[in-house]
Amino acid sequence: MSHPDLIIHDEKDNVGVVVIETTKKGQECSAWIMENDKTVKVNSNGEVPLGHKIALKDLNEGDTILKYGHDIGKVVKSIKKGDHVHVHNVKTKKW
Amino acid sequence: MEIPKSFLGYKRENGRAGTRNHVIILPVDDISNACAEAVANNIKGTIALPHSYGRLQFGADLELHFRTMIGTGKNPNVAAVIVIGIEPKWTKRIVDEIAKTGKPVEGFHIERTGDIGTIMKASKKAQEFSQWASEKQREECPLSDLWISVKCGESDTTSGLASNPTVGNLMEKLEPFGVHLCFGETSELTGAETVCAERGANPEAKEKFMKTWSAYNDFILKEATDDLSESQPTAGNIAGGLTTIEEKAFGNFQKIGNLKFIDVLEPAEEPKKGKGLYFMDTSSAAAECVTLQAAGGFNIHLFPTGQGNIIGNPIEPVVKLTANPLTAKLMKEHVDCDVSKILSREMNLSQAGDELIKTMLKVANGRLTCAEALGHREFVMTKLYRSA
Repeated sequence: MSHPDLIIHDEKDNVGVVVIETTKKGQECSAWIMENDKTVKVNSNGEVPLGHKIALKDLNEGDTILKYGHDIGKVVKSIKKGDHVHVHNVKTKKW
Repeated sequence: MEIPKSFLGYKRENGRAGTRNHVIILPVDDISNACAEAVANNIKGTIALPHSYGRLQFGADLELHFRTMIGTGKNPNVAAVIVIGIEPKWTKRIVDEIAKTGKPVEGFHIERTGDIGTIMKASKKAQEFSQWASEKQREECPLSDLWISVKCGESDTTSGLASNPTVGNLMEKLEPFGVHLCFGETSELTGAETVCAERGANPEAKEKFMKTWSAYNDFILKEATDDLSESQPTAGNIAGGLTTIEEKAFGNFQKIGNLKFIDVLEPAEEPKKGKGLYFMDTSSAAAECVTLQAAGGFNIHLFPTGQGNIIGNPIEPVVKLTANPLTAKLMKEHVDCDVSKILSREMNLSQAGDELIKTMLKVANGRLTCAEALGHREFVMTKLYRSA
């Protein structure tokens, strides 16, 4: 088992979490899916630090972010596969 | 790993067991702090628990204050209690309830005596209690004497990925031994509330949970300004990669593993339905939550952190774990159990759960936690509304 760059909780998720200190721009990241033990690849479009999320597919404004297989918020600014996903492009549906 | 069937604890008069043997000096109200601290300074082997409230509270807020005071005194980690208040009536109410456990407890009030006379009288009794408690020995106690509370703090995505699931793994492994378990943090389940409610073991528990969560959520919506972004998630959470309250909630929720909760407790309420998992209605602020859980009778706490929360409690040892490799490295003195190897896949969840069980049992047997060694004694009352 090699050290993954990203971990994805659930097969349905459209984001993965960086588990190395930081990704580099253009880096091909191996993303381990915990639920089914599969590994997928995604290129990081920038430097994304440990614990932050990277999009696994293109997402449009109004789309739902799925993590743990559940709805964790909505896209407020379109996101490309490999982009950093955080408070600048995703907001809560609560509060 | 074969799980040990027992730990070394202090057996108490009411049949419970403690992981610690504290003699506490408990001020009823803010203005009695000075007196309580003077007594604790005079008499070695005692600790004062100063706090900010206890005057002119009323209704449910006052009841919660009493429940917290009384529950703290009753906690099996406490061998004996000195209660000091400004006036006799509220002081006596707390003393009388703590006395029902059978442990030594004595109350003192300051009015008509003054600080110096009260300090002298209370110090004499505290010395007696301290020397009496120092004779107590640890004895073998069944694992079921452990009442384990959990709460996470300064969470980041590594909490939901690894440290919270490690706590969940421990819960799944220890529940069959008949332990009591407790999670809380009502506001931090927002976004996962319906999924959480489904974990109620019976329709009453499910209904009670949704009612409790809705009441908290209505309150937050009523008091909120247009932006909660620095409170939930906190600035620390956001720095750690958590984007929304929903994401935080699903991470938080990993702490209970696959268990179901049998009842919903009021803040600081003692569980009465026997072994198993309980949900307690608490704030998500670390010190408030742990203070309420300790007052509910829980005698050891597990605290997963991402970015590095440093909280401790004066009577309930707080065992900290992290899966964030940077936190484990940069804040080593605060981390009792490092499970960061889960992220590099050098450790699986079950191995991490075993490590946490080992660490927790060492602490239950007497090893000081990082927070205890560093002197963290956060004792913080939950206040429901303004005083009269």
